[in-house]
Amino acid sequence: MKHSGLQREVLSLYRTCLRESRKKPANTRLHFELYARTEFDKSIGLDKKDFGAIEYLLRKGRRQVDMYSSPGIRDIR
Amino acid sequence: MAALRTTSRLFAAARPAFKSQIRTRTMATITSNGTATAPAVPPTQTTTVKEPAADADSKIKTFHIYRWNPDEPSTKPRMQSYTLDLNKTGPMMLDALIRIKNEVDPTLTFRRSCREGICGSCAMNIDGVNTLACLCRIPTDTKAESKIYPLPHTYVVKDIVPDLTQFYKQYKSIKPYLQKNTPAPDGKEYRQSKEERKKLDGLYECILCACCSTSCPSYWWNSEEYLGPAVLMQSYRWLADSRDEHKEERKAQLDNSMSLYRCHTILNCSRTCPKGLNPGYAIAEIKKAMAL
Repeated sequence: MKHSGLQREVLSLYRTCLRESRKKPANTRLHFELYARTEFDKSIGLDKKDFGAIEYLLRKGRRQVDMYSSPGIRDIR
Repeated sequence: MAALRTTSRLFAAARPAFKSQIRTRTMATITSNGTATAPAVPPTQTTTVKEPAADADSKIKTFHIYRWNPDEPSTKPRMQSYTLDLNKTGPMMLDALIRIKNEVDPTLTFRRSCREGICGSCAMNIDGVNTLACLCRIPTDTKAESKIYPLPHTYVVKDIVPDLTQFYKQYKSIKPYLQKNTPAPDGKEYRQSKEERKKLDGLYECILCACCSTSCPSYWWNSEEYLGPAVLMQSYRWLADSRDEHKEERKAQLDNSMSLYRCHTILNCSRTCPKGLNPGYAIAEIKKAMAL
C-alpha cells in the first residue's frame, strides 16, 4: 500500500517512539511502548482529511518524544 | 493555600449531613421532602446586588479575538466577540484582555507579565499590526471593532499564545554573550569608552518580543533558515560590541545565502517594532560590515 506524505510522517513518528523506548530499561520498556500506543489511539477517530489537526498532533507528538527520550526519565505510567 | 481551599470544600460537602444539629447558618435550601413550596425564582430576581444599568454615555466596544483550543484539535479556530464598556476599562489593549479574562471568559488564554513593555510577553497581532498589547492603546472609536490574532506565521499553542521555540533556538545559535580569548588587563571588568558604549544604543533595548521577525515576509517563508530581524539585530549588537573578540567567527556564521541575505529590506520590522528600534538599519550595518 502506498502511503501519503503525512501518513509516512505519522508512521515514522510511531517508529521513533518504539526506537526510543528500546533505549529505556528493560523492565519499563513495555510501559513506554504502551504509552505511545495509547497516545496514538487517542486520536484514532480523527478525520484523515483534517490535515491541520494531524500536523498539530504530529508536532505535539515530536515534542513529547523529545521530552520522554531524555535518559533521566526511566519509567512512565 | 490550595490545600486550605480543598479542606474547606470538603467541609462544605460534608455539611448537609449534620445541618439539623448545628443551626449556625440560615441558607436558602431546597426542601428535602420533595415537594417544592413555591416555583423557583429566577436568579435575576433574587440577586441583592444592584446590576449596573447601561449608561447613556457608556462606550461599548467590540473585540474579536482568535480562539483555538489544542485539546480539541479537530475543531477549527474561530473568532469570538466580546463587548466591553471602555469607561470601565483601562486604556490599553492588555487591560481589556485582562478584564475579559477576569469578568467574561476565564478560558481566554494569553501571555502577559510586566504590563509596561519590558518583558515582551504580550506580543500579538492587534488590528493587523504586530505589537505589545500593553503598549497599544484601545482606539476610542467605538464603531470600529478591534481584532486580535496571535503573531502571524507562528504555531499556536492556545488562543493568542504563539510557539516561539524556533525563534529562541535561532537566538541561541548566534551565541548572544561576550566571547573573549584574553583576560581583562586589570583582572576585573572589560572596559569600554563612552563612544564604544554609544554604538550599542538602539540595539541592547530589544526585548525579543518577536513582533518584527513575525512581521517579515521573508521570515514567513524561510523561518527555518533565515534568522529574522530580531535575531540579526542581536547578532549585530555583538558584532558592534568593542569587547567581543569573536567577530570573524560571528561573521563567518552569517556568511551564507540564507542566514542574513534573505533580508530584502522590506522594513516591516522597523515599522512594527513596539519599542521604536530599527532592526532594518542593524541588518544593513551587518551587510556593510560583511561587504567591506
